[in-house]
Amino acid sequence: MEDLTIASKKAYNKKIGMEVLFTRTLIIVALLLIVLVLGIMTTLIIESLPSIKSLGFKFLWSKTWDPVNNIYGGYPFLLGTVLTSFIALAISIPFSFAIAVYLGEYNSKGWLSNLLKNIVELIAAVPSVIYGFWGLLVLVPIVRDFETKFNILPYGIGIFTASIILSIMIIPYAASMGRELIKMVPSNLKEGAYSLGATRFEVIKSVIFPYTKSGLFAGVLLSLGRALGETMAVTMVIGNTSLIPTSIFSPGNTMASVIANEFTEADHTLYLSALIELGLFLFCVTVVINIIGKFIINKFSNN
Amino acid sequence: MERTIIKSENFNAYFGNNHVVKNVNIEIERNKVIAVMGPSGCGKTTYLRCINRLHELIEGARCDGKMLLNGQDVYNMHPIFTRLKIGMVFQRPNPFPNLSIYDNVIAGYVLNGIKMSKADKNDIVEKSLTSAALWKEVKDSLHKKGTFLSGGQQQRLCIARAIAMEPEVLLLDEPTSALDPISTSSIEELLKELKNNFTLIIVTHNMQQAARVSDKTAFFYMGELVEYDDTKKMFTNPDDIRTQNYITGRFS
Amino acid sequence: MHPHIKFRVAKSKAAEIILIVLAFFVTAPLLFIIYYIFQKGIKVINWNFLTQLPHPVGEVGGGIVNALVGSGLIVLYASIMAIPIGILCGIYLSEHKSSKLAYFSRLCVDVLQGVPSIVIGIVVYFWIVKPLHTFSAISGSVALAIMMLPIIIKSTEETLKLLPASLKEAAIALAIPYHRVITKVLLPCGISGILSGIILSVARIAGETAPLLFTAFGNPYLNTNMLKPMQSLPLLIFNYATSPYDEWHDLAWGAALILLFTVLLLNIITKLTTRKWNVQL
Repeated sequence: MEDLTIASKKAYNKKIGMEVLFTRTLIIVALLLIVLVLGIMTTLIIESLPSIKSLGFKFLWSKTWDPVNNIYGGYPFLLGTVLTSFIALAISIPFSFAIAVYLGEYNSKGWLSNLLKNIVELIAAVPSVIYGFWGLLVLVPIVRDFETKFNILPYGIGIFTASIILSIMIIPYAASMGRELIKMVPSNLKEGAYSLGATRFEVIKSVIFPYTKSGLFAGVLLSLGRALGETMAVTMVIGNTSLIPTSIFSPGNTMASVIANEFTEADHTLYLSALIELGLFLFCVTVVINIIGKFIINKFSNN
Repeated sequence: MERTIIKSENFNAYFGNNHVVKNVNIEIERNKVIAVMGPSGCGKTTYLRCINRLHELIEGARCDGKMLLNGQDVYNMHPIFTRLKIGMVFQRPNPFPNLSIYDNVIAGYVLNGIKMSKADKNDIVEKSLTSAALWKEVKDSLHKKGTFLSGGQQQRLCIARAIAMEPEVLLLDEPTSALDPISTSSIEELLKELKNNFTLIIVTHNMQQAARVSDKTAFFYMGELVEYDDTKKMFTNPDDIRTQNYITGRFS
Repeated sequence: MHPHIKFRVAKSKAAEIILIVLAFFVTAPLLFIIYYIFQKGIKVINWNFLTQLPHPVGEVGGGIVNALVGSGLIVLYASIMAIPIGILCGIYLSEHKSSKLAYFSRLCVDVLQGVPSIVIGIVVYFWIVKPLHTFSAISGSVALAIMMLPIIIKSTEETLKLLPASLKEAAIALAIPYHRVITKVLLPCGISGILSGIILSVARIAGETAPLLFTAFGNPYLNTNMLKPMQSLPLLIFNYATSPYDEWHDLAWGAALILLFTVLLLNIITKLTTRKWNVQL
């Protein structure tokens, strides 16, 4: 009986070795993820150093972008990004919330709601290049006709068109987040309001919205994060000009689209580095937005 | 061979700062059925899970003191080796849902990567299922999923799975609490058979069950081992007033 | 009925109708896009389209075989890189709910999920394209693999967390070594969730264009060398759609139909796997 531990340990040495190896591999992979994200951040910072050094952070507010004369200012793209994202958000929110309330409250089961839910999820699945292509060849002519009618310079392409495409693309994010949250509203709260004689609309307005407010906001933030970083669909319909847009119908550029367009053409260090600084800024903004969004949702679902 | 198979010396177990098993000293004899009883939260299940080192898997859980199996501290062995010698059956039957009845019985071998001939496998399956009094009921449906069986059958399948590994000790954590009375009595009958080949330690909150199946009974209260003696004596003439109070139903 | 109550009920009814109209209106653009692309794309898809290279501008016909092969290879290599890492990381996160490393690792997964794809393209350009002095398919695969990771990790973690603890304990109590408990018991039981996560991640990256712009770059010829620039469906659609030539637009419509069909199919498969492969617990 005495040699049991020793002898059997020998027999199991190989297995135990595997076990240790496996546990270590798991740790290494978890570390790898952290290294990957830190690596992304470091690469962006290092590669944008020339631009940060010579232009500083006020680069983002300088108004002229003229690579030929080596003048770089990010303002046109900052403005373009903000305009497209927020117009898109404004268009999409009523639809997102309508879907969220309909699927979360009015009709949360059955084939019809299932179908709507799946279709909304498929909206997020369509590749952005396809939205861009469709926008370019279908939406742009429509917008052009519209602009002609209202005596606006009929570009067709531009910030307005990009916003419409974007708004379709980001609807699913806030919608599915909102649906989950609205389903989580305790039914005793709703029943309490119903028993006081509230109509369904009043219950939605005075019970469901206040209860899910923070979570719905987080869903909107996630949609915004998506809109800010969206590249292809916007690039294809926004017009790609580095001039400051004068109206929402004029062509422009977002930070993502200028990177997509000019990165491979950037022929000297400062030019490339200025583009990367835009990327770094985009990275930081989307990371912050996503972390805040996730934080709010975690807090909400823990309550 | 020594009569004592498991011996605890000054054994303590904790969840974080919560001291759940306090200074337990006990000697358990070979080929007996030992019932461990006590009110819920008394540390009986935790103690059981310390014997085959399952306790330490929970985050923040730890233990100290000695837990000897045949005179060797299981906490000085690799846990895999401990668990080869000490099998376990859980409160709820938990056959592997992705495996057939047949594969569930030999899961301990297959999942350990032990290669066996088809004949050996068949032998083990038949022997273990027969020992677990399940062979007659399932011999025609060995390749169906284990989860299609009734609760009592599933639990006997789990017993078969544990004894297929030929452990020396079998731990049973309230094995009948999720079962109906008929399944319960068939499992109790089975335990009496099994003690010829194994040492059985069964945690139960059911006093009648302890009285029916066990040779010796340990009574836990508030993490302490209050009393450990022959079952007959425990239920007729306990030494400790707390044991007396418990078996007469004075606290729940 | 009291007129005030009547008004409130009417208001509630009106709100409901507006809500339903808004909710269902959203399906219109998607259905329109699918219909439009189907109608345009189906006309150009035939055997030649699938097996030939694009013809020069001005010549009718030609195909997109270079993009089909390229997309297949780039996605395949991305999957080979991302699936093992993603599953292993998901296992770590589900096994260590509250360790420090798990906390930061989980945070990084969240960060990664939000990073705009174009930024990943930039970074991989500096990691692989610049040191190798050439655009290459493999760099595109790396960029796409990075985008797959968060989806695979999340789905693996969530799936494994849902498995009952008794399953793992049953295996451990049978003296099965830890790595086998995970690989032979937990992973097979959670296979449906993990698989659907993988398919979803493939669907997500199959249509990604932005990270490929500065990595795989595109190539008008058929290339199977992972160290050379390679065409892919989304890149081809982007390049041809923004060109002024109708023949190229036709190729792009066909490519868009194939891409859209594939992506939607993968998404539908995801939904079905979750339902069908679920192990009875």
